Amino acid sequence: MAETRSLDRVVIRFAGDSGDGMQLTGDRFTAESASLGNDIATLPNFPAEIRAPQGTLPGVSSFQVHFAEYDIVTPGDRPDVLIAMNPAALKANLKDLPEGGVIIVDQGDFTKRNLAKVGWNSDPLTDGTLDKWKVHALDLSGLAVAAAKPFGLGRKDASRTKNMFALGLLCWLYSRERKGTIDFLKTKFANKPEIRDANIAAFNAGHAYGETAEIFEHRYTISPAPMPAGRYRQVTGNLATAYGLMAGADLAGLQLFLGSYPITPASDILHELSRRKDVGVVTFQAEDEIAGISAAIGASWAGNLGVTTTSGPGMALKMEALGLALMTELPLVVVNVQRAGPSTGMPTKTEQADLLQALMGRHGEAPVPVLAAQSPADCFDTAVEACRIALKYRTPVIVLTDGYLANGAEPWRIPDLDAMEPIDPGFATEPNAAKPDGSPAFHPYVRDENLARAFAIPGTPGLEHRIGGLEKNATTGAISYDPANHEAMIRTRAEKVAGIVRDVPDLEVHDPSGKARVLVLGWGSTYGPITAAARRVRLAGREVATVHLRHLNPMPANLGDILRGYERIIVPEMNLGQLAFVLRAQYLVDVQSYSRVRGLPISIAELEEHLTAEIDALEDK
Amino acid sequence: MTNGLTHIPVATAPQTRKDFTSDQEVRWCPGCGDYVILSTFQGMLADLGLARENTVVISGIGCSSRFPYYVDCYGMHSIHGRATAIATGVAAAREDLNVWVVTGDGDALSIGGNHLIHALRRNVNLTILLFNNRIYGLTKGQYSPTSEIGKLTKSSPYGSLDNPFDPVALALGAGATFVARAVDSDRVMLSEVMKQAAQHQGAALIEIYQNCPIFNDEAFDALKGPEAAESLIKLVDGEPVKFGADDRLCVVRGDYGLEIVETAGADPERIVVHDAARPDPTQAFALAQLTDHGVLHRAPVGIFRDVDRPAYDFELRAQVAAAKAENPRAALSAAMRGGASWEIA
Repeated sequence: MAETRSLDRVVIRFAGDSGDGMQLTGDRFTAESASLGNDIATLPNFPAEIRAPQGTLPGVSSFQVHFAEYDIVTPGDRPDVLIAMNPAALKANLKDLPEGGVIIVDQGDFTKRNLAKVGWNSDPLTDGTLDKWKVHALDLSGLAVAAAKPFGLGRKDASRTKNMFALGLLCWLYSRERKGTIDFLKTKFANKPEIRDANIAAFNAGHAYGETAEIFEHRYTISPAPMPAGRYRQVTGNLATAYGLMAGADLAGLQLFLGSYPITPASDILHELSRRKDVGVVTFQAEDEIAGISAAIGASWAGNLGVTTTSGPGMALKMEALGLALMTELPLVVVNVQRAGPSTGMPTKTEQADLLQALMGRHGEAPVPVLAAQSPADCFDTAVEACRIALKYRTPVIVLTDGYLANGAEPWRIPDLDAMEPIDPGFATEPNAAKPDGSPAFHPYVRDENLARAFAIPGTPGLEHRIGGLEKNATTGAISYDPANHEAMIRTRAEKVAGIVRDVPDLEVHDPSGKARVLVLGWGSTYGPITAAARRVRLAGREVATVHLRHLNPMPANLGDILRGYERIIVPEMNLGQLAFVLRAQYLVDVQSYSRVRGLPISIAELEEHLTAEIDALEDK
Repeated sequence: MTNGLTHIPVATAPQTRKDFTSDQEVRWCPGCGDYVILSTFQGMLADLGLARENTVVISGIGCSSRFPYYVDCYGMHSIHGRATAIATGVAAAREDLNVWVVTGDGDALSIGGNHLIHALRRNVNLTILLFNNRIYGLTKGQYSPTSEIGKLTKSSPYGSLDNPFDPVALALGAGATFVARAVDSDRVMLSEVMKQAAQHQGAALIEIYQNCPIFNDEAFDALKGPEAAESLIKLVDGEPVKFGADDRLCVVRGDYGLEIVETAGADPERIVVHDAARPDPTQAFALAQLTDHGVLHRAPVGIFRDVDRPAYDFELRAQVAAAKAENPRAALSAAMRGGASWEIA
């Protein structure tokens, strides 16, 4: 009987062929861990090819899960345990595994032919290649077939249950419950009893194998993490974004209209919203990116909350229409799930290189509020806030997330919609001006205390008027080429967006000792790696302060003071220093950029090393 | 035939053309065909008798796209080529709006060609007025996608090389359910075609031959004045297609497509009888082929096609209405709780 030990955290990576069901396996393991109360963070990694040739390196798909007894902020840099279903999965992931890490491989798949597919002339399981690691080579395929065969499946179908065998084994190793997965399999394969029973059998067999085979010296437990009370679920960034958009429209009492064109990695938002007709969402899969945003503008003008979702290349196409939304001062939310660019770039990989595009990508003086989410669950709050700003100020709002947030998942405390503050769309119903003859008139550019213009939707009697992309007279709304009027309108639009800062909470710097001389400032999905790296720096006895930006335009009112309060400011970004560029321009502060553009989240270990060196260099002065 | 105006509130009092005239000074060049189209449109709207506030006119960019500023209802002058896409969003969002798109040959067929064909194939409930002057006017005289080959303009000093689109044939090819053509100078026909297009449920496209006196004057002269009887093939539903003085010419089925022959020598059995409601668009397409591609000396006008097919936006709303929960907030809360959630005390 293996001895049970307790761990505070573990990172496991499931890797296999894209047909091996690794995403499903990882997902199930995560669900079991979440229900035990561990904090979790996950990151899938899949090839852009739908089905790359079997057993090859481009066909490797993986799913990493980090679970712990404390609050974690990233899926982890490097796995402690790698489950590799074939030689390609082992070869593709080996470099990420630290020395001494655990490898579990399906020995049954390590045939001469499969080894040759990835360029291995000899078997790494026996030739010493894996000496640095703790290797458990098991015939997962063979064991799974033995368990699944009695249910009438052929060898090929039976061997497909090997992911469930592996999952059962891992559930034993980390003391996870089995009931959730068994219930899941019963539902998923309700119409295919033989597949259902074979998978359940393989899953149970994997668990029993761990119990009886005595190949593992230890079994592990990870205690629940302390988290605020409430009902939780796992959520990915894209799903949380979809919920946030629906919640925003619901709080405003408006129909949500999504005009969108499929694009990686944003399509899951379109998919979720298309399913949610029960909530009353209208989705329009447009002929192209431009039609997506144009239809959303039309719907907003007609009194819906118009939304469009996309990624970098699509964002580029939407820019002219975004200018129209800005000029006509209509509410609109534009979500850019950033991916590695430029051009087609690396569609399934993450990046933060669209910040300057969001801030400055339009022609003319065209200010747009920009928000960025910092974690998968935070996408919900960010989307709701974007809806609130769009409706209150009658402006397009850009929400930046990225591929890492979109597909990554973490526990989310499900909010109570009834407890959230409603949004007043404030449509005009009465005339607000008079014609020269004294009869009532409606002037669309009469503004409220927030500089938001009067907005009457079609169908409102007596308020008929025209809007458009041409510059308009600040008072009457008629076309105007008057120089002074143009300048006044430009300044008013800029002032309106700048004034949103009144709704932006001051930043709170995290500086536990209050003695830090170095401040790390981030935005968007670098929140996880920055927080984790700063924790390690502090654990090692150094001082470091951190602060994170959600509002990229306008920026919080106290940011300037914060920047001037530290000797050294480091800005980690997955681009070549775009926020650093803006901060230098706007605040005349010599911030230092820390850039990584590899299509991957910033490495915690590398950032920790960099911060340590910076802090030490400052101490030496 | 299903009526596309079923859900639009009607006016509470009789209306005149003046009710649809805005306070903006109309600024097209003297002699521009747009003037007569505008006044015909305003008069037609008054005749339709719908609530003014529920009428929406959306345009793109170009001379014709100034149109919304002059019509006193709700209007949007948008960006180049996108009016059809914006109008699709408006129509999808609201069933109680009578949606019009005003566009030109450059706006609809060049920069906005993609949106046009997709609005037509989807059959969105809106009416598109395509002002075709066969030239770029606002940018001062370059050839357009409907200009004849060899057109001499500032951007084609050696003659344009592009084969032109026939907007009617393009619309039919895209699966449009209502396609018509009219000439700016024939107010009676234009008004009648607009009215029928408005009542059509789904996307309706009217190509309007519109004279540009500055950059392409006389492009349609052969279709106007004394020559018109010989050059305009007026399509009348249910009638044999005959034209010319005393109907001396007619359209007959040939071995391949349609042919124009002397009526006197024609086999009456082979004379085409126009039937706009024919589900198969082949005959309408063949009629469209009788249009000159070069300088215009002959063109069929009237309603080429008017068939019943469910409108996209009606079906979209029906799908949502059928699935929508009684309490959408509760449905959203349930979705947010998801399949697997857990309680932390």
